[in-house]
This record gives sequence, C-alpha cells and structure tokens, in this order.
Amino acid sequence: MTRKHWNLPQFSMRFAHIWRRNLLVWRKLAIPSMLGNLADPLLYLFGLGYGLGRMLDDVGGMSYIGFLAAGIVCSSTMMSASFEAMYSAFSRMHVQKTWEAILNAPLTLDDVMLGELVWAASKSFLSGTAVLIVATALGLVPSPLAIAVVPLIFLTGLAFAGLGLIMTALSPSYDFFMYYFTLCVTPMMLLCGVFFPLTELPPAAQAFAQMLPLTHAVGLARPLVNGEVPPSWPLHIAVLAVYAVGSFYIALALTRRRLLQ
Amino acid sequence: MSAAAPLTATGLRKSYGANEVVCGLDFALQRGECFGLLGPNGAGKTTTLRLCLGLTDPDSGTITTLAKPVPAQAREARQRIGVVPQFDNLDPDFTIRENLLIFGRYFDIPDQQIRARIPDLLEFAGLSARADARIQTLSGGMKRRLTLARALINDPELIFLDEPTTGLDPQARHVIWERLRNLLKQGKTLLLTTHFMEEAERLCSRVAIMDHGRIIAEGAPDALIVQHIEPQVVEVYGEDAPAWAEHHGRAMTERCETTGETIFCYTHDPAPLIADLDARNGLRYLHRRASLEDVFLKLTGRELRD
Repeated sequence: MTRKHWNLPQFSMRFAHIWRRNLLVWRKLAIPSMLGNLADPLLYLFGLGYGLGRMLDDVGGMSYIGFLAAGIVCSSTMMSASFEAMYSAFSRMHVQKTWEAILNAPLTLDDVMLGELVWAASKSFLSGTAVLIVATALGLVPSPLAIAVVPLIFLTGLAFAGLGLIMTALSPSYDFFMYYFTLCVTPMMLLCGVFFPLTELPPAAQAFAQMLPLTHAVGLARPLVNGEVPPSWPLHIAVLAVYAVGSFYIALALTRRRLLQ
Repeated sequence: MSAAAPLTATGLRKSYGANEVVCGLDFALQRGECFGLLGPNGAGKTTTLRLCLGLTDPDSGTITTLAKPVPAQAREARQRIGVVPQFDNLDPDFTIRENLLIFGRYFDIPDQQIRARIPDLLEFAGLSARADARIQTLSGGMKRRLTLARALINDPELIFLDEPTTGLDPQARHVIWERLRNLLKQGKTLLLTTHFMEEAERLCSRVAIMDHGRIIAEGAPDALIVQHIEPQVVEVYGEDAPAWAEHHGRAMTERCETTGETIFCYTHDPAPLIADLDARNGLRYLHRRASLEDVFLKLTGRELRD
C-alpha cells in the first residue's frame, strides 16, 4: 500500500449510473430474488419463534417470537448486504470485468465503489424492510416507533456492505468468502443478541459483542419496535456509522491497490 | 476542433516494483490517422494504453489526451474517447441493446439520445437483427463488433483498440478491418495495439515498434521496410534446408536467419538464389516481398516471449 491508495475519495454523481445498472439487472429477477431473500429469515422467525417460543414464557418481557423479530430484521439485512457486496460485486469486478468496462468510460473507481456500496445497502434495505413488514402484519411489531427502524436498516446495510467490499478487494476467488462467513457473520448471528439477550453471555463475550456492528443494530432496533428510544441510541448510530465509513474507506484503498496498478 | 495532436506522450515511465515496464516513451498521434503500437507480449503496449487513459499513474512523464492533461483530467478526456479492450467485457446480464443503453448512461448521455443512436450502431456492427439477443448467444466475432459499437456510443474523437482482432477467424477479422477503415474515413483517430503485422500494414499510416518498454523504430510501414530490411525474401523449408544454407545459400544472400528447419534469406537480388533452388528441386521455397513482420522479427528477435 502506498499513501496514494489512501487519498480521500472524490465522488461524482455518476455513481448513480452504477446503482441504476445493478437495479436493472435485479429487476429482471426481482421476484425470485425477493422470495429468496425473505425465505431464509422467515424460516428462522417462524421455526425458532413458534417452535422454541412454545418452551419459553417470555424473553426480555415479550413473547419469544416478538423478541426474535427485530433481531431477524437486522440479521437478514446483514446477510443480504454481505452477499451482494461479496459474491455479486466480485462477479462484476473479477469475473465479468464489468468494472473494467465502466472504468474506460468517464467514471472513476471511487464512483464504482460508492455505487456498489449504496446498491448493496439498498438491496439489504429491501430484505430488512420486507421482514419488518411481514412481522408487522403478524402483529409482532407493537409500536409505530418501529418506523424509525427503516432508516436504521439502511445504515446497517451500509456498514455490512462496506465490510463485504473489504473482503471483495482481498479475495482471489469465491471460496475466500467462506472465511468471512464462518469467522465473522456466523459468530455475529450468535453473539449479537439476535436469538437471545446479550446479558445471557459471560461478561467477556458481552464486552466483545459490544465491538460488533450487529450488536448495535439489534440493540437499537429491538427497543424501537417495542416503542422505546434507548438512551444509548447515539452510541448505536455512531458505531454503525463508523463501521460504514471506516470499512468503505479501507475497501476503497484496497481496491485501488488491486485495480489501479 | 483544434489541430493539436489528439494524444501526446513525452518521457513516459512506469515501473512495477523493480520491473520497469515503460521506459521513456515519446510519441504523438496526428488527427485522423491510425497509429499502431506494435510489440511482442510484455512489450508494454497495454500499460501504455492504461497510462494514456489515466487508469494508472506514470512514475514520470506527461500525457495530453484531447487537450486534457492525464491523469489529472482523465475523466474529461475519457468523455471523448472510445475503448475496445483486449478481452471482451460486455455486460452478460443484458441484451445487446441494453448493453449499449447502459454504457451510454455512463457518459451522462440522455436516454433519448442513446436510443436514437442505437439503430445506427447496430447497423454498423451488423447486429440489427439481434438487438434483443443475450450476450452469451453471440459468436466471438459478433461480440467484438458489439464491443466496437459500444466504444462509439459517445461519438468519440479518439478510439483505443487493444488487439481488436485477437482470437477471431479471418472472416470476422476482415469485417473488423473494414469497419475500422470506415471510422478513419469519418475522421476518427485510432490508436491500435497489435502483434499482427498484417493488421498494422493494412490499417496504420504510422507504427511504432515497442520492445522492453521502449520504442525501437517508428514510421510508415513501407518506410520501415525500406529502412530496416532488404526488399526480397526467400524462405527455404525442409530438413535439408540448414545444410543448403550453410554450403550454398549464405554465400548468395545478404542476410540469413534460421528458425528450426526454415531459412529466411534476405536480399536485394533473389535471382541467383532462385536459380540455385530450382536446380536442386529437392527443396521447397517461397519467394515474396519483405513485410513489416520481417522488420519486426529483425528488431525484436525470434526468441519466444512468454
């Protein structure tokens, strides 16, 4: 890495063309894609919520499925942003050479990366929001304050899209992404309060979990769904924002090193 | 437009680690010409194109593309450049028509204007009947033609072509050449890299032969042949050829080169050679005029480049 790779990004509005391109591809497969994105989180929600929920009286003062709903909204956002920023972006960068063609036009790598970041966050926004809507339809969302979860989903998507783009910048092949899923995504699913309250973890694990972005997404989404604004909300927003901006900056520097030789 | 050179590069250098790939290049394109950058694999041709597009920064030297300093204003320069890359990178998620539309948007051209241009571009590429076909269903030649049409979406003044006919069959290659001549007639400037000397001879008004990051010869193809090489070539084939060259051929020719069992005899007067070969009737031979390829091989050597 040289200092030039770390130059501050210079964006143009042309990043929107990248976003639009990806939207056009998505539209061709929108229905199967949405169903695919919804099936997995809803299986967790119903399978665990009803199955496991029958054995539990209440969790954190609510039904287990009600507890689970906000967690699944956040985890499905994480999953969807990660997949898009890794497998799909890697296809466009490395396999199809779509970025290479775009860079011959008057766009810069900074534009391409911003377009991909916002696109991955947008796609995960659709997944997270769809789960939230289904949960609302099932009566699992008691408070109208849940509307504040909608922008939170987008911010969460940005944070995980940025992290995914770091992996993409480093990846020699699709197989590489399994490390990230095994070492980062799955532990976050289990440690960040999606399935059970953080307080059930040993103190060291709790402290570790506080450093992970998903903890802060769930930590804010769950109270909001139940009509409370937690006093720690600025911290949650700040952590997610730092993850989004920081990871994107690192991803950009690594991608510049990879492609602008 | 001004009469200034569409592209000038001076003192261009670029290293990767300890390996200097471009070592002090100077060249300038004239408006409306096809300029060929020739060289064996690894000569630095593609790196030179990337430098001129502002996709990589030179270690030193200056580039002015369409009156814009590159890389500082590469984005503005690329607005009026078309690029045909070495490897197809058409968008496989889209049809032919969508590929052109999406690519046009990257230049901020309004959809309406792009749609108005598409029929002409499809006509140019000979793909009018396949406008809604997916990319995967196209032959190699069709993909290249579409890539060329895509490079014209912004009506560029300057077009970069990186080995545009590599991997094509002769029919497809001739179609591409005909299209490129067509573009020259329209007054476009072309920068072509190739290692097909025939392609360079047919299309280029001037060529620069590159090796190891340097330009080692530059000029019109005919002039380079006159300047660097004897005008007539007799190629002699077969297992007896090296022995013949040793005992008879070498004495009758100005310069002899050997590749395996083929002897290349370069000379101003081929008559004695041919008389000798005819008298022996055991040896096969071919008499022809010297070509750019002979110049290229003389200057860059006959060893393999990997």
